[in-house]
Amino acid sequence: MADIRKIKVGMASCGMAAGAGPVFDFFKEHASQIPVIGVGCLGHCYAEPTVEVETADGQSIIYRDVEATQAAFDNIMSLGGNNRLIVPEARKKREMLKVTRLAGRIDPNSLDEYCANGGYAALKKALAMPPAQVIDEVLKSGLRGRGGGGFPTGRKWQLLGAKQAEQKLLICNADEGDPGAFMDRSMMESVPHQVLEGMLIGAYATGATKLYIYCRAEYPLAIRNMSNAIKQAYEHKLNVINGRELEVIIKEGAGAFVCGEETALIASLEGKRGMPRFRPPFPTDSGWMGYPTSLNNVETFANVPLLIAEGGENYARIGTEKSKGTKLFALAGDLKYPGLIEVPMGITLGEIVFDIGGAERGSVKAVQTGGPSGGCIPVELFDTPVDYDSLNALGAIMGSGGMIVVGKDRCMVETARYFLDFTHRESCGKCTFCRVGTTRMFETLERITAGQGELSDIAFLEELGPKIKKGSLCGLGQTAPNPVLATLRYFKNEYLEHVVDKKCSALACSALVDVKLDQAKCVKCKLCIKTCPVKAIGEDFAVDNAQCVKCNSCIEVCPKQAIRRVAKGEGCTHE
Amino acid sequence: MEQEFSYLKTIAPSRTSLIKGLQTVQEREGYISDAAIEAVAAYFQTPPAEVEGVVSFYAQFKRNRPGKYKVAVCDGTACHIKGSVHIKEWVSAELGIANNQTDKEGLFSLETVACLGCCSLAPVMSINGKVFGQLDRKSTARILKEYRKNG
Repeated sequence: MADIRKIKVGMASCGMAAGAGPVFDFFKEHASQIPVIGVGCLGHCYAEPTVEVETADGQSIIYRDVEATQAAFDNIMSLGGNNRLIVPEARKKREMLKVTRLAGRIDPNSLDEYCANGGYAALKKALAMPPAQVIDEVLKSGLRGRGGGGFPTGRKWQLLGAKQAEQKLLICNADEGDPGAFMDRSMMESVPHQVLEGMLIGAYATGATKLYIYCRAEYPLAIRNMSNAIKQAYEHKLNVINGRELEVIIKEGAGAFVCGEETALIASLEGKRGMPRFRPPFPTDSGWMGYPTSLNNVETFANVPLLIAEGGENYARIGTEKSKGTKLFALAGDLKYPGLIEVPMGITLGEIVFDIGGAERGSVKAVQTGGPSGGCIPVELFDTPVDYDSLNALGAIMGSGGMIVVGKDRCMVETARYFLDFTHRESCGKCTFCRVGTTRMFETLERITAGQGELSDIAFLEELGPKIKKGSLCGLGQTAPNPVLATLRYFKNEYLEHVVDKKCSALACSALVDVKLDQAKCVKCKLCIKTCPVKAIGEDFAVDNAQCVKCNSCIEVCPKQAIRRVAKGEGCTHE
Repeated sequence: MEQEFSYLKTIAPSRTSLIKGLQTVQEREGYISDAAIEAVAAYFQTPPAEVEGVVSFYAQFKRNRPGKYKVAVCDGTACHIKGSVHIKEWVSAELGIANNQTDKEGLFSLETVACLGCCSLAPVMSINGKVFGQLDRKSTARILKEYRKNG
């Protein structure tokens, strides 16, 4: 047996969902003397569960798709060749692991491991500088809010630092509500101490007296690891800043997308409905319970120890003129290697989607950045550099980092309908344009995807979108029309096809498709007949499309792929 | 205060802890009943309408008693792209209940959630917090049957 020093099992949420729990138990039970530890997320979600072994001679080998079996165990313990995770060269070349350097490499619940890897050295360095100089380093680094807003972090801290008040608050926004984004979850699960260190440096720089972490309740593991990190920090008095013991409180959000907006989040922290309010006054003037407050995103805080350690100027060497450093993206959708990636600002969309994500050229139609607040960017524009300003110019946004690859066989009108379904439900209702406008947009898109749209509907969407943006108080309403406006801009032909020809060439809009059984391929096994919930398939193996609810059950069970979706009118209907 | 909600006393009765209070009730009871609204309102000295307003605002709070197994089908962007529409239909058909309903036996309840944060495993669902990924029709039905068998 090879001389293995340590076995690390990826136990973040993705890994657990893929079955890391039993793998961990199996290795723990069988590895006798060798320490088996649970670590966070390596970012290679497509390869979960992963196991990394460290050997005495300093090698590190990562295995993928590991099962809780003797065979898998033996293979790994003998450093066998099966299931080794080979990171594609293209990904290695494009990625730049700085903020996630330790993610998935260390035990998230071990303060010692974090410190052994340079953890809390930045806090120590910061405490030796005057607070104003710490802020100065943040300003020099050019770090901008990673939650999507892109406001310069140093500027925000400067505003808070200048305030004289009995209480000052620093809040970590961990209400990652964008469906399709999991950067913050991964950071809190994998390197909670790094996030906490960033917050403590922030507290020192701004003189904040109270620290909050507002985290989604849907992230139990993130909450557990952050709580543990806070407890350890208390034990080692790392939270003593300027002679004052700071309290760090985790508050669980209760599920409202709008609470990602800072004034709404503050209202929620006060125990109220999470509705945004007019600014000014800005939170740095009057925030939680009227006290000066600064909100920063998880990823923003995770960047802070880094920039303090290497100095603001060094940090700013990476990136573009106005967007500095690296950015995390949660890459998912129609591609080969979904996962969490870290790339330098200024990388192109194409490099991310094709080189890192492994999506096949020719199979991709667009990429959605910024989730429901963002826009679809068509493949023709994949040379666009990823930075705050370039993406804005295309009608999309950087957002917090959700990046969903949309394949050629997806319907863009349906995708827009999906986002509006989300935003119109999540609108808090305060502003009329957002409350009523997003609902009207959603209803119009429902009509179009149901094959009942008219040309005037398209004009209506184009007219209403900008009005909603103008007439809404917060980021939700100001960005909610983006998915519709962006698809109208780049994929108008699909809208026209739905409205004029009553056709969905992606065969996604169920009202515009039939289901057809190819008699020539059929082996009469009757699985489809048994499976159909509405008895739409007769003994003659023909699908009655008047009955059929297009649930795809028969398509999934057919062993011969004899059943498929076709354009409406091409299937049959029993009289 | 009603005897059954006396555990609220572990939370400071300040207005800023209202959400924490409701979360505690939901954790204990599984949902927020009418009686809970009254009790919480009394404890935090705020009108019941205010409490109802907060409850209805947040997706986390349920006003109906959930089943023993809480099935949450993810309809986040990645899952949607990967066909969560069908997962929803299949689960619904398998359990005989619609979204936000609990079955007669009180065994299963179903809800659609915005994102479970496991996008790379899309499409996913969770049952009492345990996540199942890369679902297709077969695995979806198998998982639910297993839970039903175990009762």
